Amino acid sequence: MTPTPSTSKASLTTYLQVAPLTLVLILFFAIPVALVVVVSFFRYQMLVGIVPDFTLKNYIDLFSNPTTWTLYLSTLKFTLIVLVITFVLGFWIAYFLVFHVRNLITAIGLFLVCTVPFWTSNIIRMISWRPVLGTEGLINSALLKLGVIDQPLQWLLYSDFSVVVAYVHLFTLFMIVPIFNSMARIDKSLLEAAVDAGATRWGVVWNVVLPLCKTGIALGALFVVTLVMGDFFVVTVMSGGLSGSATSGIFNDLQFLNYPRAAANAVILLIVVLLIASAIFRLVDVRKELVR
Amino acid sequence: MSASPSYGSRPWTFYALALLFTLFVIFLYGPMIAVLVLSFQGPSASLVFPLRDPGFMWFDELFSPRRTGDVAGAFNRSLPLAILVMLLTVLISVTAGFAFRRRFRGSTAIFYMAIASLIVPGLVLSIGILVTFRYLGLSATWYGSALGAHLSWALPFGLLIMFAVLGRLNPSYEEAAHDLGASRWQTVKDVVVPIVFPGMIAVALFGFTLSYDEFPRSWLTVGTKNTLPLEIWTMTTNVTSPALYALGTVTTVVSFAVIALALSSIIIIQRRRSRGR
Repeated sequence: MTPTPSTSKASLTTYLQVAPLTLVLILFFAIPVALVVVVSFFRYQMLVGIVPDFTLKNYIDLFSNPTTWTLYLSTLKFTLIVLVITFVLGFWIAYFLVFHVRNLITAIGLFLVCTVPFWTSNIIRMISWRPVLGTEGLINSALLKLGVIDQPLQWLLYSDFSVVVAYVHLFTLFMIVPIFNSMARIDKSLLEAAVDAGATRWGVVWNVVLPLCKTGIALGALFVVTLVMGDFFVVTVMSGGLSGSATSGIFNDLQFLNYPRAAANAVILLIVVLLIASAIFRLVDVRKELVR
Repeated sequence: MSASPSYGSRPWTFYALALLFTLFVIFLYGPMIAVLVLSFQGPSASLVFPLRDPGFMWFDELFSPRRTGDVAGAFNRSLPLAILVMLLTVLISVTAGFAFRRRFRGSTAIFYMAIASLIVPGLVLSIGILVTFRYLGLSATWYGSALGAHLSWALPFGLLIMFAVLGRLNPSYEEAAHDLGASRWQTVKDVVVPIVFPGMIAVALFGFTLSYDEFPRSWLTVGTKNTLPLEIWTMTTNVTSPALYALGTVTTVVSFAVIALALSSIIIIQRRRSRGR
């Protein structure tokens, strides 16, 4: 459990040290999430708002509404596509940095080049696709000038395509970092041993590298899945309001101040995300690796 | 350094992956550069290339509250909030990181609570905090509910970084210091802090930027006065001028300044340390 197993037993100091973290997590995570669950069983009344009750009406409403199913399907579709693309990109970029760049300083420098955008505003990065993908944007005008097309491509912006582009743009980093982290720990002599024993280049990647960065891949997948599933803003802006996500329903309910149904919807989303997360945790013992 | 079978000429995969990497970097930075350039658009107010009569007019427009809303006010809230989150994240996650070096009752529960707090969708948490504050009879403010919402996401990140940093801090160093007669305070000051310091800067960088750019967790929790990402969000729907790009450039410059500050201080510390010994 501990990063460096020390023999000393827990003292009062230990509990004092962990108390602020625990307090914040209880106040701003545990209680709010518990309240969301409670409110999801409350009743919504026009003009009055939230009325304490125990009713399954919100859930029945949601499950019997075909829109809910459409939205969840659309979110799952985006999640899968983005997961596959970010994994392929993240894996090979990390592989390049760890195994192909021979100079350590260069590798760290290139790694930082990949991570810097993470520390800048997501909304700005999302909006920055407009002058690139728009009807009069860079790609369309370049293609027109080259004579490849004679009509601007309409599907570049405000489409499923642009939503996926924005997700990949924003979230690939969450794959690169954990995969890079576990790849960097691989003992390079292992790969040489595999080559000496007659493994092909692909054999090494498939049988040695891939299994050894299982943890990184699992962590990356966890991040990407939860980020895409919980997203409302990218899908709204980048699809021009044409596509929805699982959270769109929550957003709509909130605009009508229907907190109970928004809460019920949030609970469903939370359960779906937790199911996926626990599936990932079951595949790989992330905790053991994290605090190693 | 290389793990490829040959140490001589580079394999073809090197060139293929180098190309992939280059394309990825262009993909990553290209649109940001486009926005940066277009924020200097002239009076034509065109949102796309070409750039005509470049100038600073949209930056002026940005800070005159005629059309674009309360950008200056949003800055005045977002920056203090980000600094507050940064300080608290460093303080709380560093101390908690040390607690986790020992076995204690409830450590597993707290660990999983932190991970769950990391992966809970921001909007779900936003609703929860809003409802909690409502039942407590408190109103949502950027320095109250939004601060808590940001901490619930920055602290787990900070904790994970501290795990990685403290994993490298061998307890025998502290024991050695103790055996050599160092007091508890001296051990912390001269042994622990120097080793942990670069990690603390990384935690600070995460704390600042996670708060400064956070949108979903801020959305319902800031109350009536917007923070910067919310202001930008409002602008995306009702401002159709390069002022939006100018705002993007300004926030990105702030982010880059913070990143540069953090990275250069880590480099300076490392260099000073390697020179000192």
